[in-house]
Amino acid sequence: MSESTSAATGESPQSESPTESAAVQAIRARWGADVDLAEENRGQWRVELRRREPLNDIVDHLVEEPSLRFDFCVDVTALDHYGEEPRFRAVYVLRSMQLREDLVLKVPVPEEDCWAPSLTGRFRTADWLEREAYDMFGITFRGHPNMIRILMPDIFEDHPLRKDFPMEGRMTDQEWAEWIIARAQREEA
Amino acid sequence: MASGSLTSLHVGESQEEGGALVTSVDAVVNWARRNSIWPLPLGLSCCAIEFMATAASRFDMARFGAEVARFSPKQADLMLVAGTLTYKMGEACRRLYDQMAEPKWVIAMGACASTGGMFRSYPVMQGIDHVIPVDYYIPGCPPRPEMVLNAIIHLQKTISEERSHKRLQLTSILGGGEKEE
Repeated sequence: MSESTSAATGESPQSESPTESAAVQAIRARWGADVDLAEENRGQWRVELRRREPLNDIVDHLVEEPSLRFDFCVDVTALDHYGEEPRFRAVYVLRSMQLREDLVLKVPVPEEDCWAPSLTGRFRTADWLEREAYDMFGITFRGHPNMIRILMPDIFEDHPLRKDFPMEGRMTDQEWAEWIIARAQREEA
Repeated sequence: MASGSLTSLHVGESQEEGGALVTSVDAVVNWARRNSIWPLPLGLSCCAIEFMATAASRFDMARFGAEVARFSPKQADLMLVAGTLTYKMGEACRRLYDQMAEPKWVIAMGACASTGGMFRSYPVMQGIDHVIPVDYYIPGCPPRPEMVLNAIIHLQKTISEERSHKRLQLTSILGGGEKEE
């Protein structure tokens, strides 16, 4: 698509930055002040936002705009930039069946106010994905109907994909065994 | 048959009537137990694939009377834990073990079931013997089918040497104190 554009204008594709996709342009048009960075990587655009509050409005627009129709939520996950401020990023990957392209949205999440907007109002697929991101990173997704762990057991207190979490965990096998046996025997009685 | 008139027979000989076979209860009970070890395969990862090979025709666990894999703990004698036990799966493992009727035995198949294997990480139990008592550990990642058969042969020897009516209640070891029935 970008090749045909540059061919039409007669410019060399190497000499200029690639033309931003329609989705990125749509975000810039209405939330230009919130866009920190928009980059292309092998045909996939990534938009990093300065703040998390407008995310739901942006997603609503991307879904409803007839020329875009980002109607599928591929993934919701997070990143831990340990040592940086703000520490976390919540990552949302949307797909447009109509345009046949993906769009990555990233919002900053500081550690002391650890929440991110939930997409569950828009996409039912976001439900379990956000629960996983909560389980692994400890980011609470605001607006999620059932913000509980999905992978780790309920007594687990940590968020294992955080960079400062020790690989082997904080509970000993003896503590786990006591919990396991107590549960196995309690429910049998 | 009058008492005191028992005669011993050699192999191949037969007696018209009134024959008797003298043995011990242990010998008969253990003979039956060791030649019909019905396994409950708890296949948790790739070791389960190797267990399937053990059960299938090439290695043929049926040669040792252990081919009747039961997927209900109530009908099984041997719990064969094949694979990585996570903490979250630990409860299911322990419950299956508790639901098996005595006498029962456990084989930890592979490095993961024995020690956690290469997974020294937050969800993986470092050996199933933290939650259930183990009779035999099989090393390997995964072990060859021959090693599973070897463990079963060893287990058969163990069973033949047991006092059939005085089996240790291994179940209670982790629940508090050994006891004999």
